[in-house]
Amino acid sequence: MSSTNKQKKNRIIITVLGPDKVGLISGVAKILSKNNINILDISQSILQEFLAMILVADMERSYIDVSSLKKELEVKGEELGVRIDTQHEDVFNYMHRI
Amino acid sequence: MFSLQEIVETSKMFQDEKLDIRTITMGINLRDCADSNPKFACQKIYDKVTSFSKNLVKEGENISKELGIPVVNKRISVTPISIIAEASNTSNYLMFADTLDRAAKEVGVNFIGGFSALVHKGITSGDKNLISCIPQALASTERVCSSINVATTKSGINMDAVYQMGHIIKETAQKTEKEDGLGCAKLVAFANVPEDNPFMAGAFHGIGEAEAVINVGISGPGVIQSAVDRIPGTDFGTLAETIKKTAFKITRMGELVGQTAASRLDVPFGIIDISLAPTPSTGDSVAETLESMGLESCGTHGTTAALALLNDAVKKGGAMGSSYVGGLSGAFIPVSEDTGMIEAVENGSLGIDKLEAMTCVCSVGLDMIAVPGNTSPETLAAILADEVAIGVINQKTTALRIIPAPGKKEGEYVEFGGLLGKAPIMPTNKFSSAEFVRRGGRIPAPIHSLKN
Repeated sequence: MSSTNKQKKNRIIITVLGPDKVGLISGVAKILSKNNINILDISQSILQEFLAMILVADMERSYIDVSSLKKELEVKGEELGVRIDTQHEDVFNYMHRI
Repeated sequence: MFSLQEIVETSKMFQDEKLDIRTITMGINLRDCADSNPKFACQKIYDKVTSFSKNLVKEGENISKELGIPVVNKRISVTPISIIAEASNTSNYLMFADTLDRAAKEVGVNFIGGFSALVHKGITSGDKNLISCIPQALASTERVCSSINVATTKSGINMDAVYQMGHIIKETAQKTEKEDGLGCAKLVAFANVPEDNPFMAGAFHGIGEAEAVINVGISGPGVIQSAVDRIPGTDFGTLAETIKKTAFKITRMGELVGQTAASRLDVPFGIIDISLAPTPSTGDSVAETLESMGLESCGTHGTTAALALLNDAVKKGGAMGSSYVGGLSGAFIPVSEDTGMIEAVENGSLGIDKLEAMTCVCSVGLDMIAVPGNTSPETLAAILADEVAIGVINQKTTALRIIPAPGKKEGEYVEFGGLLGKAPIMPTNKFSSAEFVRRGGRIPAPIHSLKN
């Protein structure tokens, strides 16, 4: 990674979509804490019986890269019956902020 | 912070609507590789291409992983080889094609474009050598793509080149007979060819370009289609506005990937090509997007108007989404690479004539069209002449990528697999154009006033 990118905040956004159930937040949070990834913000809302949870996390001191985290969370998502997607915050910055 | 709606929208684009970056293409100047000894020239080309692009695939994959955006292809475009090879004491340019193929394999890119010549006004000895090598070059290499510019609005149509390309296309199909004429999928003839197009098979590194450059091609018919599906029955203003906003968002992804790739590879960022590029998978189709606007099947009356609206709205949204937009930028309508197009041909609503009309308002031209194997070189040349005439008169890029499928007839299929897909063989007009295309010479450049 180039030096300019390193100086930037290295934040990711994790999206959890699926039927609400016990253990969703803890399932995701455990993976993050295990990898030394700090959670900055969590928001969630229930649309009918579906849950949409958005979690902002800081990768700066993470033990693993985004791609490995993404895979690990996807596996967890399958186990919990929800869809978990991980993307760099820049993706949302570029798409939704001019 | 972002709203829930924004985040879910983005997430859905990647998960359900097949948004991806279709290609990161590195353009590399080869003009300093010319040498009177062809072996030296080829060695210089190989060394330069492999050294400039050695990190292209790795960085492309890193960016994809880090941002969570799929980057499907990493590719290379080079200076038109006729310009480089012309300095060498040989008329056989196959070793140049072979060199490009080896370089592409070495760095792991799936295509390398630039076995090309610009002959819109006349043909030099280098151009002539290159063109005559095309059929064998495309048959004996795997990853090399070839393009020939036969016309421009400023100089008219080089009908000698058009006629010759009819023969070259035919011969290329025959040389790759066992693979249904696959060579023709790697060969495009253009009018008003852009010099910074990142998409294959027509990519090359133009002579006005820098030493090296990163160009990015985005995708996204699925995203546009979903957006259109969400607003059934609305008026055209709303439709155009919705497409425009969606195109803006898609283009921003390209901008992010392009800027990141350019900075990682330490190469200037060139352009984003905002073309909607379909793939053979369902839900990633330009034809289906047109059908979502209210057409029963792509190709019926109204299709040209729908495509015109789509193409213009994509350009308007995309132009605002990126600092530099270029290449072909519009909507591609390749038949074999678009499930909706294939279905439309199968159910009889779409044929060559309607496709030709559609190319007046889309970004390129007749693309990935299969015709019977017994189609004559003269008819192929006449199809090309029609297509480039549209481009020349309307001051736009048009092109022809056509497969006269060896040994096959109307109703049969050519199958290429992967991104190139499969195409039903379409009938051509039964009447001859031979005397017309054999006249030779040039069709003069059009007048630029008295526009009607």
